[in-house]
Amino acid sequence: MLKDIQVLNEKETRGGFGEGIYAAGKANENVVVLTADLAGSLKLGPFIKDFPNRFVQCGIAEANMIGIAAGLTIGGKIPYTTTFANFSTGRVYDQIRQSVAYSGKNVKICASHAGLTLGEDGATHQILEDIGLMKMLPGMTVIVPCDFNQTKAATIAIADYNGPVYLRFGRPKWPNFTKEDGSDFVIGKAQQLSEGTDISIFACGHMVWKAIEAGRILEEKGLSVELINIHTIKPLDEAAIIASVKKTGCAVTCEEHNILGGLGESVSRVLSSNCPAPVELVGTKDTFGESGKPEELLKKYGLEAVDIVSAAEKAISRKK
Amino acid sequence: MESVTKLKDIATQVRRDIVRMVHAVQSGHPGGSLGCADFLTALYFNTMEHNPSFNMDAVNEDVFFLSNGHISPVFYSVLARSGYFDVKELATFRKLNTRLQGHPATHEHLPGVRIASGSLGQGMSVAIGAALSKKLNGDNHLVFSLHGDGELDEGQVWEAIMSATHLKVDNLISTIDWNGQQIDGPTSKVMNLGDLHIKFAAFGWVVIEMNGNDMDDVVATLDKAKSLTGNGQPVCILMKTEMGKGVDFMEGSHEWHGIAPNNDQLAKALAQLPETLGDY
Repeated sequence: MLKDIQVLNEKETRGGFGEGIYAAGKANENVVVLTADLAGSLKLGPFIKDFPNRFVQCGIAEANMIGIAAGLTIGGKIPYTTTFANFSTGRVYDQIRQSVAYSGKNVKICASHAGLTLGEDGATHQILEDIGLMKMLPGMTVIVPCDFNQTKAATIAIADYNGPVYLRFGRPKWPNFTKEDGSDFVIGKAQQLSEGTDISIFACGHMVWKAIEAGRILEEKGLSVELINIHTIKPLDEAAIIASVKKTGCAVTCEEHNILGGLGESVSRVLSSNCPAPVELVGTKDTFGESGKPEELLKKYGLEAVDIVSAAEKAISRKK
Repeated sequence: MESVTKLKDIATQVRRDIVRMVHAVQSGHPGGSLGCADFLTALYFNTMEHNPSFNMDAVNEDVFFLSNGHISPVFYSVLARSGYFDVKELATFRKLNTRLQGHPATHEHLPGVRIASGSLGQGMSVAIGAALSKKLNGDNHLVFSLHGDGELDEGQVWEAIMSATHLKVDNLISTIDWNGQQIDGPTSKVMNLGDLHIKFAAFGWVVIEMNGNDMDDVVATLDKAKSLTGNGQPVCILMKTEMGKGVDFMEGSHEWHGIAPNNDQLAKALAQLPETLGDY
């Protein structure tokens, strides 16, 4: 039951990245970290202090950073590029496409401050299209961990995972509830958080916690909820999605991202080909964000627990 | 090390290869390729320490990146002629299922290519990364890169030029093919580059110039460039070339940037480029 999930504390997912990159750097001397003038925001302090010769400050020049990272792989380095999600993807799409993805380079593109929960900086920084941009690139792995512990685990795991990776996380403090040792995270394997028979909820990133809140409300209403954390959007754990919806007969997807091009469309594609069922998509609706506090923005743009509850009830009502 | 006479013979064959490759598929970029034939021949047959039994990581060897990927014909010819793959494969250039893509790619695993290029402005950043990788690995070999002058319109190149100095990448020799032409016309009219010598020097590079179509000068200048590495600064070679060099009706004009010769033009071109190593 979702009510049994315990919150350990509230921490920023980017802090999990900072701890993870330190651990990855300590374990593997080929790990190199690059940043575009955002070392503090990405919590790189401990890494820089202990591994200064494996830190490359690129200044505010993200395109150059991506290219340098691609070059570093020649000779066996494992470069992690770090900046905000908008500057990690939209600003440098062609650099990633040609020098990283098409060239098959082992670059880890690590993006903080993704989505609406960036908050007051507003729409210029709140990218809501990055999952779509990255998942469309052939060979690109896309990971959106849900909390501090999982971001740390993913950061460590991608060092040993050959190929380009997009790792997306965020800015605010957020409930931290996955295992501290990260043993419940495996790249490409969906994480089941509850078993149920009435509705499947697939969520990623910060929205996993919102889905837990929503699932608890649905459970109190007497519904049986299957909640699955799709932290790896590509390669997608299609078997887990199909097995769940064959059982429940309907689904809701939850993401802090445009419903065009995100998790919801990936899930819908799999279901339409394998077991057609009603699917409701919770996410931003083809819009830019705006300034505001994270919780205010999630409410205004329909990404709260109550929105997931409504979507679930609608999906259930559409079942034949 | 090859004699200058031998290098000139190789460059002539490379020019034949370029014209024949582009003619065979009626597409490709002969102009810049012909202009850079002497440079790439000298680089691969004289200057660089490199291993044609290709290894992506380029450990303990010099490495070259072609940033202006559209001059792939000259790159492919020089790679084949220096032993990276069979020269017969040059006949597959730009054809379906080829490893010799229109613009260089790693995707089909063509030996000698370490990064995709074609979308301009990205190669110097990659070269800087590879140079940093060599430093981290304690590998004293050098990184070479080639860029078009028109390519300098791209902003990313200037990010790279600034960072190479800041990051003290003194194991990098970047050459600019200064032929003064780009697709829409002379660089002076499309986007004036100004004084490139002063610009690179102001960004903290050691800058030398050479005539990229004089093999004696190319060999000597590349040797000089190597001697200037290891002193805390990246090295830039401003290489004056003539687009289309070696085929009189193609020389000096942007018109031959990206079009193929017809049958008559092929015959006229090959008459000026005697077969020296044997055609593929």
